[in-house]
Amino acid sequence: MSLVLKRAVLSLATLGVAGCLLLSNTVHAQDKVLRVVPHADLRVLDPFATSIYISRYHGYMIFDTLFGMDASGKVQPQMLQSYNVSSDRLTWTFVLRDGLLFSDNTPVTGADVVASLNRWGKKDLMGQNLFGYVSKLEAVDAKTVRMTLTAPFGLVLETLGKPNSIAPFIVPKRLADGPLDKPMPELIGSGPFLFKADEYKPGEKVVYVKNAKYVPRKEPASGLAGGKVVNVDRVEWVILKDPQTQINALTTGAIDILESPASEQMVALKANPEIGLINVIKTGWSISLRFNHITPPFNDIKVRQAAMLALGQEPMLRTQMGSPDYYKTCLSYYPCGTPLSTPNNGGWVSARPQTEKARALLKSSGYKGEPIVLLQPTDLAMLAKAPLSAAQMLKQAGFNVDLQSMDWATFATRRTNREVASKGGWNVFLTIHAGSDLLNPLSHPIMAATGDRGYYGWATDGRTEALRTAFAMAQTDEDRKRVGEQVQLRAMEEALFYPVGLTFIPMAVRKAAVSGLIEGQMPVFWGVRKQ
Amino acid sequence: MLMLTLRRLLGTATVFLLVAVLVFLMLRLAPGDPAVLLVGDHGTPEDVAQVRAYLKLDEPLPTQFLVWLGNVLQGDLGRSFYHHQPVSQVLLDRVGPTFALAMVTLLLTVCVAIPLGVLAAWRHGTWLDRSVLGLSVLGFSLPSFVLGYLLIWLVGLKAGLLPTQGYERLGTGSPWTTLRYLILPAVTLTIVYTALIARVTRATVSEALTEDYVRTARSKGLTELRVLFRHALANSAVPIVTVVAIGIGMLISGVVVTETVYAIPGLGLLTVDAVQARDYPVIQGVTLFFSAVYVLVNLLVDISYVLFDPRIRY
Repeated sequence: MSLVLKRAVLSLATLGVAGCLLLSNTVHAQDKVLRVVPHADLRVLDPFATSIYISRYHGYMIFDTLFGMDASGKVQPQMLQSYNVSSDRLTWTFVLRDGLLFSDNTPVTGADVVASLNRWGKKDLMGQNLFGYVSKLEAVDAKTVRMTLTAPFGLVLETLGKPNSIAPFIVPKRLADGPLDKPMPELIGSGPFLFKADEYKPGEKVVYVKNAKYVPRKEPASGLAGGKVVNVDRVEWVILKDPQTQINALTTGAIDILESPASEQMVALKANPEIGLINVIKTGWSISLRFNHITPPFNDIKVRQAAMLALGQEPMLRTQMGSPDYYKTCLSYYPCGTPLSTPNNGGWVSARPQTEKARALLKSSGYKGEPIVLLQPTDLAMLAKAPLSAAQMLKQAGFNVDLQSMDWATFATRRTNREVASKGGWNVFLTIHAGSDLLNPLSHPIMAATGDRGYYGWATDGRTEALRTAFAMAQTDEDRKRVGEQVQLRAMEEALFYPVGLTFIPMAVRKAAVSGLIEGQMPVFWGVRKQ
Repeated sequence: MLMLTLRRLLGTATVFLLVAVLVFLMLRLAPGDPAVLLVGDHGTPEDVAQVRAYLKLDEPLPTQFLVWLGNVLQGDLGRSFYHHQPVSQVLLDRVGPTFALAMVTLLLTVCVAIPLGVLAAWRHGTWLDRSVLGLSVLGFSLPSFVLGYLLIWLVGLKAGLLPTQGYERLGTGSPWTTLRYLILPAVTLTIVYTALIARVTRATVSEALTEDYVRTARSKGLTELRVLFRHALANSAVPIVTVVAIGIGMLISGVVVTETVYAIPGLGLLTVDAVQARDYPVIQGVTLFFSAVYVLVNLLVDISYVLFDPRIRY
C-alpha cells in the first residue's frame, strides 16, 4: 500500500472515530416527562364532538366529571363533595367540591355544570335517555345543582358516571352554550392536566402539562375515580404508526409506555427483561360480529340464528390474538367478571362452532346461497384478523361468503350504507368496543334495537326495547341483574349480534422508568411515576 | 433562457389545472367519508350530516371545486379537517423534515455515487467495476424498509450510536441534534439512490472515455484524475443531472416508507395520514405542492443543461 494511501486510510479512520464520539448519545438532565405512544393519533380535540376513544382519553386528561367509575365498576363522586336523592328518587342534588378551577382560572360553578350537562345530554345516547326523564336541571347556587325527574330513572349514577364516549365532561358555561353543530372553540377544563395547544402537532405529538391548580380528592386513585394526583411534569403522546418503530423507541428508552403493542410483538416484548406487559383494562376489549338486519339474507331471523350457531368464539379470538394469554371466551353480551355478565345465552353462543346445527337451520331457512358480504378493515390491528376466521366458519356452515378487505375509512363509510350488498351495502362486519362501554344494556351500543336510530345494522325489536326500558327503571342491583339477563336472552334469540369474546392488550412499559399505573376502564396518566 | 422559463410557466398553469381537477375528482369518487370518520363509531346520521355541513361537503361538487380553486389562486389551500390550521401552515411545518432529509441524502448520494460510478467506468471490466455493479444491484433490489430496519438494529439498537426514530427540528436544538436524527434515514435512502446514480454515471462515463477528446486529453499529458472528472464526467453530466433531478422529486414526494420506519414527521407521512383520514384539503394541497416541485426541478434541470453543455440552446 502506498504511503499516500496509508495516510488517507488513517485519516479516514480517525475522522470516523471522532465522528462516532461526536454522534454518541449525551446525557440529558432528567426531567419528569412521560412519553407514551397511544393507540391512535388525536385528531378531534372536542370530546363532545366525537365518540372516538382517543378523544375520550384526551378529554379525561384535561376535563373532569361529576362522577367517576372506579376499577371495580362502582360510580364514585369526583367533582362532588356530596350528593343525595329524595326518597321518591325524583330529585337529585349535587354539591361541588371546594377549589375547583377551570384552566382559565375561573371557578367551576353550578351554572357551568348545568350548561355542560345540557350540551352533553343532547349529544350522548345515554344522556338522551336520562334527559328523557329530566323535567328540570338548575343551579341552586354557585356550588349546588338540582335535577328533577319525571320518573325514578334507575341509572342516574351509571349515566353521569359512565366512562365511555361521550363522557359528561364539565366545561365553562360560555363554551357549553355554544352551537351544537360546531366544535367548542377552546379547550378549558378543570382536569389534572393542561393541554399545550402551542405544542400540539397532529400526526406527531400531543403535549399535556401538570395542572398545578388542580385539587385532587384525598382517596387513592382507582379507575376514573379517587385522587388524580399527577406525579410528572409533562406527558407527551408521541405518534408512531409502525409497530417495529414503536418497539425500537421503547427499547431505546425514547418512549416509556406503548399503549397498544401489536399482538405479533408480544413474544419479543415478553422476552425483554427491561419491558413489562401490564394490563390495566381488566374488562378488556370486546369484539362483536354484527348483522345487517334490514337487507337480505340477514333480515331473516333464521338465517341470523344459523350464523350465530355457525360461529365459535375460540377460533376467532385465537386468530386475532394468537396466544390465549391475551383473550378469553365470554358467552355473555356483558364482559365476563362484570355484575350483569351471565353465561345464560340460550345456547346461541359457544366457544366452538355448532356447524351441523347451523347447516340444518340454514337449510330450513330457505337460504339460496346469496353472497354474504363480510367487511374486513385491514389497517385496524385490533380487528384485522378475526374476520378471516369468521368467514371460514360461515362458509363451513354453508354460507356463500364474500370477504371484502378495505381500509378503515372505507369500512367506516361503507357500513353507513343501507342499500343491499350488491349496491354498495354490506351484510356482516366485526367491531370492537372497550369492555367498560358494555356494562349494561343501555350503555351497550349494539344492544339497542331501535331500528333506524340504532347502531349500524339497524336491528328492530320492540320486546328488547321494552326490556331495556324496564332495566332503566330498575332500582336495585337484584332487579338489574334479573332484567339484564332477560335483555340478553331476548337479544341473543333475536340474534342482534354475536359476541366474539374478550381480548386483552397489555401496555408495554419500561420497568425501570415507570410505576404506578392505575387499573380501570382506560389508560390514565395521573398516578404514574417516572424514575 | 427567458423564453424557456416563460414557456414553462405557461405550461405549468395547464399542468396545475389538470392536477387540481384530477385530485379533486379522485378524492370525491373514492370510498370513505371524512365526516363519518370524524364523528366516530357512535355517530348518528344527524351527526354526520352536521359535520358534512360544517365542512361544506354537502355542497354540489362543482361548487366545492370552484370555491377551492378560487381560493388556491389566491394562495389559500384551505383548512385541514384534522390539523386545525390552514393547509399551507401544515405543509410549511412538514416540508422542513422532508427537505432536510432530501438534502442530506442528495449530498451523500452525489458524494458517493458519482465517484463510485467514475471509478467503475475507469476500471471497466475489473473487480472494482463488478463490485460497484453488484452493490448497485443489491442497493436497488433491497426494499428501503428492510435496509432501514437493518441499520436501526445494527447502529441504533445494538451499538446505540444513533437514535432509531424521531426528528428534532432545526432551531429547537443544535444542528448536530437534527443531523443525528437524519443520518440513519439518509443512509438508508442513499444506498438506494447511490445504486441508481452510480450505474448511470458508470454507463455514461464509460461511453465518454471512448471518445476522441479523452484520447486527446491523455495524449496531452493530463493527469488521469483531470481526464476523468474535468473531461469525461463533465461531458456525461446531462444524463446524470437528469437522474439526480428525478431523484430529488422522488425524495421530496416519495419517502413515505422511510419516514414511517424512522417516524420523521415529513410530507410523506403527512400524505399517508391524510389519505387514511380522508383529509381532502391536505391531500389536495400536498398534491399541488408535489406538482410544483416536479415542475420546478424539471425547469432547473433544463436550465442546467446549458451550463453543462454549451451546445444546448433553447
